[in-house]
Amino acid sequence: MLRTDRLDAYYGLFQALFDLTFQVAPGETVALIGSNGAGKSTLLRSIVGSVRVRHDGVLLDDKAVGGEPERKQLGRGIALVPEGRRLFPSLTVRENLQLAARNGRQGPWSIDRLMREFPVMEAFQHRPATALSGGQQQLVALSRALVCNPSYLLCDEISLGLSPVAVNEVYDLLGRARSDGLAVVLVEQNVKRALAESDRYYCIQKGRVVLHGSSETADQAQVAQAYFGI
Amino acid sequence: METLIETLLGGLMLGALYALFGLGLSLSLGVMKMINIAHGDLIVLGAYLCSTVMQLAGVGPFVSLIAVVPMMFVFGYVLQRVLLNRVVGKGTLSSLLLTFGVSIVLQNVLQEIFTADTRSLQAGDLALHGFDIAGVSVGLLPLLSTLISVLIFAGTSWLIGHSHLGRQARAIADDPGTARLVGVNDRNFFALVTGFVLAVIALAAVMYGIRTPFSPTAGPERLLYSFEAVVLGGLGNVWGTFIGGLIIGVAQLFGTKISSGLGPFFGHLVFLIALLARPQGLLGRTQR
Repeated sequence: MLRTDRLDAYYGLFQALFDLTFQVAPGETVALIGSNGAGKSTLLRSIVGSVRVRHDGVLLDDKAVGGEPERKQLGRGIALVPEGRRLFPSLTVRENLQLAARNGRQGPWSIDRLMREFPVMEAFQHRPATALSGGQQQLVALSRALVCNPSYLLCDEISLGLSPVAVNEVYDLLGRARSDGLAVVLVEQNVKRALAESDRYYCIQKGRVVLHGSSETADQAQVAQAYFGI
Repeated sequence: METLIETLLGGLMLGALYALFGLGLSLSLGVMKMINIAHGDLIVLGAYLCSTVMQLAGVGPFVSLIAVVPMMFVFGYVLQRVLLNRVVGKGTLSSLLLTFGVSIVLQNVLQEIFTADTRSLQAGDLALHGFDIAGVSVGLLPLLSTLISVLIFAGTSWLIGHSHLGRQARAIADDPGTARLVGVNDRNFFALVTGFVLAVIALAAVMYGIRTPFSPTAGPERLLYSFEAVVLGGLGNVWGTFIGGLIIGVAQLFGTKISSGLGPFFGHLVFLIALLARPQGLLGRTQR
């Protein structure tokens, strides 16, 4: 169980998260819904250690792990696919994966397996990572997190700016990861898709959880209201 | 004709040494976006360490490296961990100011311990050996230092291109935040880089100390030559730094041939002209 307990997060003097309590169980998929600037990305970044937070603000299996550096969280099995993919342009596709795999955990996801499952990626493995199309880059970015064999995969806007076909490919890979028992936290602009892909959802507004529940029984109108804050 | 070739060869060999000076600067600039103003003073420190080890142990300059290279590596690692890591990623001005301070402290400490007298490293017989190829004489020592410089550059270039260390270096240079996300321990890596830089400096310092007498205040001039090599070659390009060093070396020696005091001036002149013609450096990319 990964959870945050009354989490506050700051960028300098600006407070981005207020008293935020959130949880995701092993194997579960949770969607974070909210408008731009609501604090979804900040929540993910706080969990992986890119934004410094209180030590007991983030708990993994009831052990306080907040405020520790990214590599520690990665070692515990929490990985983030950052918004905008953020592949390393000076590294080839394969090198992007190699770098992450070396620092991650052992497990079912290996570079070889990903190359086998995605022949496209194998064909492009020696190209600079940013020479690929947006969809292919997003697959590499997702793979770069998967080769670390996390138990909790945090995905920030993985479908943003992609063609509908590419979005389906990305969610197809995510689906395979989920069927391996990975827990996923999904930040997704497309509310319909977010609810369809997840077990539970949280609506976040101005750094606070305003609504949460089961995705299956979510009331679209209520979610939309929470989303836009009308 | 022979003198011309001799000057050219001499310039290339001097340039290989300048390139080695520049390598460390190029690496810290590329990986940490940090300009180390104390770079030249660290070269002088390396030369004094060699001199001290030679006196204490009664060995030659190259044997002294067995002790000096590890010492410099550890010094670099600790310096980065304790002091320089505080300013990495905080903009260029902070690192300029901090390393400027380090430079002043180093110069004064060296002066306090070793006085302002010049010293040089005695290489004994090695310094006197040379070859005569078709009327062109080449010293063994410059040849040896050129060989070492080429080997270090080839090794560094291979490491950057093909090893896990190199992948970390390129990833951090691209995007430090995301490098941390994939588990790179950047603070420790920076310390390793600075340790490596100082180990290379130790090698360069020996060859410099054999070649030229040095004093505690000789650092800034070394820094200038290193910097010219790096900028001339193009930022973030290891072989560019090598070529930049060669050009500065050749320009200086030809300048010296024209008038004995004009060597460094000609180096600066060529640097200026090259920069006007190609501001991004010879092998530099136009934009990142």
